[in-house]
Amino acid sequence: MGGLQKKKYERGSATNYITRNKARKKLQLSLADFRRLCILKGIYPHEPKHKKKVNKGSTAPRTFYLLKDIRFLLHEPIVRKFREYKVFVRKLRKAYGKAEWTGVERLRDNKPGYKLDHIIKERYPTFIDALRDIDDALSMCFLFSTFARTGKCHVQTITLCRRLTVEWMNYVVASRSLQKVFISIKGIYYQADVLGQLITWLVPYQFAHDHPTDVDYRVMATFTEMYTTLFGFINFRLYQTLNLVYPPKLDSKAESELKAEHEEDYAMDSESYLEKLSALSASLARVVATAEEEENQLDQFPADGEDIENMEAREKEQKEQEDQNRLFEGLKFFLNREVPRESLAFILRCFGAEVSWDKSLCIGGTYDVTDETITHQIVDRPDIDKQYINRYYIQPQWVFDSVNAKMCLPVEDYFLGVTLPPHLSPFVEEKDGDYVPPEKLKLMALQRGEKHVQEEEEEEDEDEDDDDDEEEDNDEEDEDLTEEKNLKKMEDQRSQGKTLAVKVTPGKVKPWETGSVGNKVRLEQEEKAEEKRLAIMMMKKKEKYLYDKIMFGKKRTTREANKLAAKRKAHEDTSKAEKKQKKAKKK
Amino acid sequence: MKPRVSNLIGRQTPCPQVLLNKVIEHDIRNTVGNVPMEWYQDYPHIGYNLDGKKIFKPIRNKDELDEFLDKMENPDYWRTVHDKTTASDIRLTDEQVDLVHRLQKGQFGDVNFNEYEPSVDFFTNEVMIHPVTNRPQDKRSFIPSLIEKEKVSKLVHAIKMGWIKPRKPKETTPQYYDLWAKEDPNAILGRHKMHVPAPKMRLPGHEESYNPPPEYLLTEEERLVWEQQDAEDRKLPFLPQKHSCLRAVPAFSRFIHERFERCLDLYLCPRQRKMRVNVNPEDLIPKLPKPKDLQPFPTTMSLVYRGHTSLVRSISASPTGQWLVSGSDDFTVRFWEVNTGRCMKTLEVGGAVKSVAWNPNPAVCLVAVESTVLLLNPSLGDRLVVSSTDQLITSYEPPEEDKEQAVTWALSEGPEHNKGHRLTLTHPKAVKQVVWHGKGDYLSSVMPDNSSNLQVLIHQVSKRRTQNPFRKSKGLVQCVSFHPLRPYFFVATQRYVRIYNLIKQELTKKLMTNCKWISSMAIHPGGDNLICGSYDCRLAWFDLDLSTKPYKMLRHHKKALRGVAFHRNYPLFASGADDGSVIVCHGMVYNDLLQNPLIVPVKVLKGHQITHDLGVLDVTFHPTQPWVFSSGADATIRLFT
Repeated sequence: MGGLQKKKYERGSATNYITRNKARKKLQLSLADFRRLCILKGIYPHEPKHKKKVNKGSTAPRTFYLLKDIRFLLHEPIVRKFREYKVFVRKLRKAYGKAEWTGVERLRDNKPGYKLDHIIKERYPTFIDALRDIDDALSMCFLFSTFARTGKCHVQTITLCRRLTVEWMNYVVASRSLQKVFISIKGIYYQADVLGQLITWLVPYQFAHDHPTDVDYRVMATFTEMYTTLFGFINFRLYQTLNLVYPPKLDSKAESELKAEHEEDYAMDSESYLEKLSALSASLARVVATAEEEENQLDQFPADGEDIENMEAREKEQKEQEDQNRLFEGLKFFLNREVPRESLAFILRCFGAEVSWDKSLCIGGTYDVTDETITHQIVDRPDIDKQYINRYYIQPQWVFDSVNAKMCLPVEDYFLGVTLPPHLSPFVEEKDGDYVPPEKLKLMALQRGEKHVQEEEEEEDEDEDDDDDEEEDNDEEDEDLTEEKNLKKMEDQRSQGKTLAVKVTPGKVKPWETGSVGNKVRLEQEEKAEEKRLAIMMMKKKEKYLYDKIMFGKKRTTREANKLAAKRKAHEDTSKAEKKQKKAKKK
Repeated sequence: MKPRVSNLIGRQTPCPQVLLNKVIEHDIRNTVGNVPMEWYQDYPHIGYNLDGKKIFKPIRNKDELDEFLDKMENPDYWRTVHDKTTASDIRLTDEQVDLVHRLQKGQFGDVNFNEYEPSVDFFTNEVMIHPVTNRPQDKRSFIPSLIEKEKVSKLVHAIKMGWIKPRKPKETTPQYYDLWAKEDPNAILGRHKMHVPAPKMRLPGHEESYNPPPEYLLTEEERLVWEQQDAEDRKLPFLPQKHSCLRAVPAFSRFIHERFERCLDLYLCPRQRKMRVNVNPEDLIPKLPKPKDLQPFPTTMSLVYRGHTSLVRSISASPTGQWLVSGSDDFTVRFWEVNTGRCMKTLEVGGAVKSVAWNPNPAVCLVAVESTVLLLNPSLGDRLVVSSTDQLITSYEPPEEDKEQAVTWALSEGPEHNKGHRLTLTHPKAVKQVVWHGKGDYLSSVMPDNSSNLQVLIHQVSKRRTQNPFRKSKGLVQCVSFHPLRPYFFVATQRYVRIYNLIKQELTKKLMTNCKWISSMAIHPGGDNLICGSYDCRLAWFDLDLSTKPYKMLRHHKKALRGVAFHRNYPLFASGADDGSVIVCHGMVYNDLLQNPLIVPVKVLKGHQITHDLGVLDVTFHPTQPWVFSSGADATIRLFT
């Protein structure tokens, strides 16, 4: 046996990975610069398959980067810019120290900067790749745009984030691509379908942040730097696809309308323009002036068999989508000053409604409260003094729920001062075995076109229980009631109740309780169960483990679902009892 | 301030008027200089005067009481100052007191000093017509500079030539353009194929709603649990809350934190591709033939044999299937009629019975019972059989020369003979197991003992001879068995089963059971398969033609196996364990060597109660019917048919 002895850890996975410190040394960068580079280039540590082998026999916890990744970083031109910046900072400090103010000024003027365009292009070779990865960018930019300009980060960054988010919202409005919205305790979630990609983002509520001390804002700023660049290019491209002018311009018609008023209120022209854009009340200018673009009809291709079915399904889906997009078309909304204007205006405009608000609230309101053609006024206070008769006063949740249900929900549940129905998450898709809250079931029935008869009946039943007990009392009370209508209604109800009370439904014979047939069925079931039990005994160890794991998971989900259902039942029981008590007290 | 005051006083007291120390009237200035006076603490003097004489301390130091009396009585106490250097008290004069007051007020020490005198300017503020100095002006101050002119002309030239350009205005807003104008859809991500895209954020569920359904809100106890949990252990990272209206929803305090954590995850968290197994659990269950198609096998408990008062260690059925013998810890051996469950005979044997075995020869009827091994004639059933048995015992002729034997053979007589005892083999140690050879002439007994080679003995009944087949101990012997057809002998030690060829007197095979501790063993009537029960809940099936490792390992019992048995005719085997169950399996062995045995569990039989953590202790099959007997720690024997 000749040849050299093989040494350990000189080939294989041990040579494919590199620890962070070694990588840093190889790149000759400080930890901060390395971090910045990793964030910008999208380099992340990898978890090796055999950690001990990679760690050269040690089990110490270390993070490993792929050696290829680090080699790839070696050629990055931005590393040189980092070094230049370091030198710049050193020179500047020196000039400050010597109080050479002209030198400081000169250095400041020649401050080295860098661009991230090539990195974006490299990380996302195609536009769809970039679009797929935009979720985090959106959430981050929306967060940064709500920051106060107090020095947590550069003011330019904040304004840039604001500008980009406004552009994005305008795009979503123009393309009508919003799909789902959800008010959570963290903020408002939106989901849009942009060029076939589902994009979800979270917008915090409009409050001042109390900035936590244990957050490294430099990391966030680096991410934002990358995200703004990415986001800007994506916006540009998206505007191009819709034939819109970029940077966005308001329609000339709308512009002239808006120009008349408020012109003198704003110091800077650019600022006022951004405000006008962010009002979201006017449509955007297009590159090619066209009348409202017709939706492209899907061409009919001759197809056969399954394709036809697919095609039909797709067509149906598209039709549904279009219907959803026209959800609020023809409705005229007015936002009271206490509701979150931006999010509501955004959502309503996305679904084709006309929106306006108080002039003192924001620029861009197009009509007044007194407008007689307003159909819905969104109010978030228990009561309002002056009410118009020809409009609905509803709480903001109606808009969100309607969008998620893809239909205009009945407004009665959302009137002023009414206890709101629960707001459900549209992102939950229940599989069989999961717990489905009863509200969702009701909603699904509504969507299928069934009126909520069941619920009404239930309520009636409840009423009847009480009514039967104290019928005579009711009789006396009836005389007291002056309104003819009410009386009639009550009597109707009562008569209905009577008929219901005496109704006898024919009983059904349960199959397994009768003689031999049932026994057979049960025996068969038992036999099957035993067979399964015996077969499980014969499983291999590995498969048994997997099987047990799967079954454990299944059991856990059912347990959780049962727990939720039990909780719900308990809640309903208590609320019912309370209701009864109240009624008894009233009487 | 203070040192200054004392200094002044020192300077201004060349002639102290009033001194408490009346002895010294002249200048007593101390010459020790500016040193801490503590240095003179232990001396009678306090320094030296100008003449170099010692200045002595006053004879008696003033104590607190003196001080107090002084304070009360002396009207000048307030203006008296203690001079440390001379250890004397000095009364300040009126002028000195005045001076102190003035200094305290921040005024000048001299009373006559006028601080508001008018100031006189050095230069006047009025412009004068004559220069201050008489120096004539330089020429360069009124002639244009040539050097500057040159410099300017150079700059002008450079600007004209376009060498110097005005500074470009800085771009503050980033410029965007169509970055993906020439995108290449085939381009993979620039780096490599190992890219793992970051998972998206989890979408919110109902519990995150500002107005969730009531069942998603936490109850009081759940909330307390949530609060006490570590942030990492929590199932929900936030507390679900219900707000009556949108107006009432506050800002989420951890919003920036969560975003930051997401950032950290994106660039710091090691990523790995995980293969998620997506299998239907039903597919994992092996497809076995239905037990219904594998009948007959015992399914129901039909008889319970009661009578023993302690654990029934061992049972054995007669080769005809009419009788059953059982040995128990209550020092009795009982004979039962199988079909009726009647106890036909009870024999006191004077010791716990560890093992019983019915002679497989149908013509003879002998039962070997442990403690000292007893050969019994149960005198049940056919008279011919009984007499032939007795004849077998009596036909023995002692050989010419007596050989030294490991056990002593003794013939029973008198009342014992009447009870059924025929032969008594007194062993040197406790016997754990007895086994008959298939022909019924040979008998093997096991005396487990790790240290000696005298663990297994083979006795020949007809010649009353005993031999010790092994010269060396290979470990603690658990059980032994004869091959049903060929002259092989199976010895199970703690972890291995060794197969010996009795004619060639050599080891033919050593089976690795992969068990920790073998408890029992049974051999298929065909002789090519073997099952081993072990105390670590496993049952190993060996195909001797296949390998020395188990062909199948069954883990269907929850607790230690105590007994295993094969059926003589039907393809059945059973195992009894401490969990109180007997599992009957279908174990088909094919004559075709290419086809592996088929093992299907067909029935779990339960009936025995668990007493003292012991369930079933022994199982045995009926020799002709598909019935199984089991004996348990609850002092019963049960028949499953």
